[in-house]
Amino acid sequence: MARAVSNRRKMLNTALAWLVGLVIFFPILWIIVLSFKTEGDAIRTPLEVLSSVWTLESYAVVQDRSDYFKHFTNSVIIALGSTLLGILVAVPAAWSMAFVPSKRTRGILMWMLSTKMLPAVGVLYPIYLLFIELGLLDSRTGLVVVLMLINLPIIVWMLYTYFREIPAEILEAARMDGANLRSELLYVLTPMAIPGIASTILLNVILAWNEAFWTLNLTAAKAAPLTAFIASYSSPEGLFYAKLSAASVMAIMPILIMGWFSQKQLVRGLTFGAVK
Amino acid sequence: MATQHSRSIARLMIAPATILLLGWMLVPLTMTLYFSFKKYLPLRGGDLGWVGFDNYIRFISSSSFWPAVGTTLIIVGGVLAITVLLGIALALLLDQPLWGQGAVRILVIAPFFVMPTVSGLVWKNMFMDPVNGFFAHIWRAFGAEPIQWLSHASLPSLITILSWQWLPFATLILLTAIQSLDTEQLEAAEMDGARSLRRFWHIILPHLARAITVVVLIQTIFLLSIFAEIFVTTARAFGTKTLTYLIFQRVLESQNVGLGSAGGVYAIILANIVAIFLMRIVGKNLDK
Amino acid sequence: MKQIQLQKVSKRFGDVEVIPPLDLEIETGEFVVFVGPSGCGKSTLLRLVAGLEDVSEGQILINGKDATAIAPAERGLAMVFQSYALYPHMSVRNNIAFPLRMAGIDKAEQARRVEEAAQTLNLTEYLDRRPGQLSGGQRQRVAIGRAIVREPTAFLFDEPLSNLDAALRVGMRLEISELHKRLATTMIYVTHDQVEAMTMADKIVVLQAGVIEQVGSPLELYHTPKNTFVAGFIGSPRMNLLGGSEAQKYSAHTIGIRPEHLGISADSGDWQGVVGVSEHLGSDTFFHVNCPDFSQPLTVRASGEVELGYGEKVYLTPDKAHLHKFDDKGLRIS
Repeated sequence: MARAVSNRRKMLNTALAWLVGLVIFFPILWIIVLSFKTEGDAIRTPLEVLSSVWTLESYAVVQDRSDYFKHFTNSVIIALGSTLLGILVAVPAAWSMAFVPSKRTRGILMWMLSTKMLPAVGVLYPIYLLFIELGLLDSRTGLVVVLMLINLPIIVWMLYTYFREIPAEILEAARMDGANLRSELLYVLTPMAIPGIASTILLNVILAWNEAFWTLNLTAAKAAPLTAFIASYSSPEGLFYAKLSAASVMAIMPILIMGWFSQKQLVRGLTFGAVK
Repeated sequence: MATQHSRSIARLMIAPATILLLGWMLVPLTMTLYFSFKKYLPLRGGDLGWVGFDNYIRFISSSSFWPAVGTTLIIVGGVLAITVLLGIALALLLDQPLWGQGAVRILVIAPFFVMPTVSGLVWKNMFMDPVNGFFAHIWRAFGAEPIQWLSHASLPSLITILSWQWLPFATLILLTAIQSLDTEQLEAAEMDGARSLRRFWHIILPHLARAITVVVLIQTIFLLSIFAEIFVTTARAFGTKTLTYLIFQRVLESQNVGLGSAGGVYAIILANIVAIFLMRIVGKNLDK
Repeated sequence: MKQIQLQKVSKRFGDVEVIPPLDLEIETGEFVVFVGPSGCGKSTLLRLVAGLEDVSEGQILINGKDATAIAPAERGLAMVFQSYALYPHMSVRNNIAFPLRMAGIDKAEQARRVEEAAQTLNLTEYLDRRPGQLSGGQRQRVAIGRAIVREPTAFLFDEPLSNLDAALRVGMRLEISELHKRLATTMIYVTHDQVEAMTMADKIVVLQAGVIEQVGSPLELYHTPKNTFVAGFIGSPRMNLLGGSEAQKYSAHTIGIRPEHLGISADSGDWQGVVGVSEHLGSDTFFHVNCPDFSQPLTVRASGEVELGYGEKVYLTPDKAHLHKFDDKGLRIS
């Protein structure tokens, strides 16, 4: 809206928007609060909770007992590993589809996207079986491969759209200037594509970190990332709200922060260009 | 821009991605198909031979099948309705001039980035637990009996949890679409005498139609296969079985691989139907 | 000496033949302009010469050698793109030095040539800035600088001025012409603007739908256009092309007379008409006159002092010495 809107109207909008925002954000806010309480306090009424003592003991317990750090590391390795592996495979593919398109390019791209829509449950058992055969069950390697495969369509897609935004004329100029393929990729394309590649990495690390089907079904004690670790709280013993809150806050914080910076990438990556 | 030279290199460069995805699709798919035609019980005898379409028939005629379909439809439908309607409203609100728009967006977007297991467990325990949960405390403060969310109102509970998680997605997409609307169009409408509601109905909504369709299709595909939230909230006690969960149970819990595989094939077909519509839209956009 | 020769060169995109087989010769040191309406194939032709597109058939010879299969970088040509195509992540200095770097020229020599080019183009102050920090005209010069340092056999310009505003365009036109005089290198220049063509070219190649309509010097094309297309394309405002019984009086299917070769008088003349819209530019005035003899209005140029109002009756007289005649196929009748 180009015109100046009355301040009263703006105040109303602001109040309403903030109200809605806080309501939506509230659950996250609440567990942040609970994470700084003792177990005994965490189950009391909201007002009592807010007025009780703040403490770091829940964080300490989570760190000590349940080997949180190991699961965190697993999440990092699996999320980063699968994404970077995906980038390695996807960059050449996206390059060729963006700059040397053929009649089949559109078809191939759409087919790749369609593999993302395959319901995981439909291939659960075969993968499970394959993993047992190959000794990949409960291994980080296995999970890196699987998550790379399920995110590959999105990585290819996003890189493709970013590459397409690089004016073809600049690459032609490089070619006229005497650059061979290697020089073109190294000195011109990659530097210009870095923001796009970074955005793609950002979104896909988030998606891999939060993936909760394969990570739940293909891991046990050794390779379980945070998704599975948190799931283990679904059959707890004794009071656990504060610990669950602390564990959850630690598990989601990195991604929440990354997510705040990746809104645009989200739209680009997950709507497959159907919304601009 | 393409010359003969670059074309052959291009083909080479697409190869790894294509081969990997081809393998990822074909290998497990063929195996699932294979298993679906067999009676295969790893814990009770293993491979017991071909049974033709037996598994397919048994899966559909099992007493849990139609309830599972119903559950799936209710959950997906419910979440879609809530996220799209609220999403439009929120998107319109966020498009208005207000202070701290960036910060509000951050608040609204947050749930999408919370991992599904955390989401499920936080809602189940800290909010919906009938003894110590947030809602229980509030209800009691008003003198009412706390609702036993997950045990007695499991579907609404799940719908709530999932809507909370997916509302940001719908809002973000719809907000992006709204912001891409040419303000000049709206101004022209205003000059033509259209008031707010009519401007919304005749200009904004049609413009959003494409975005809404995309949101619906993409969410449907993802919602059809949600797993984690059910796994951590109701699996142990009430198994609010969606189709996905039913298949999961057959395959990994009761280890009736043949049956579960047949179910998996159904799920794949279902997802493909939705995917076809989505890909049509994507395809149209690719041509631009 | 023939520097660039196109022999029976044709180009197809899929099933569509955008350039039927054509022949063209370009002499060393010439400033050649490819001009024509949108979609006439002029840019495609340029890109074929550059090597950015493969020819479907035919040969391209550079300095007598067959260059048809040679990669763009090895043809010894330099190109200035419409959008300048500067490397956004590199400084001006590195942009200009890039081709030298690719050629493996040593750093000292690179620096020397870059300084030289920068001086020629008044870019010395901007050497350490990035393209994003430059104005349109400055970016243009960097693009030219990048081409100059290669000391190419010929320069290729692809509508370089179309992204500049009108005032800047005139200035850059002069600069490019001056550059040509100074370097004496062959230049092939593509534009849709016939004013640029007329003012800059030694030789103009007029193209329509991939076919060369005429090749000649600007004044040749102006005074003796070979067909109605060229006649109507060159010269602004457009030549009046008239048919009907008046044309037959001159034994032609179509006659052409430029606005500046029509006399206008309130009293007497060959063709009677009524003044329609008039465009006053100060130095000249262009009257659009509706004559019953002709289906379209005629454009007449008069000096800025002539004043005629809307709806006034006037008489037009063509200068017979400058009357062009064309047959029913649109070809010139001598």
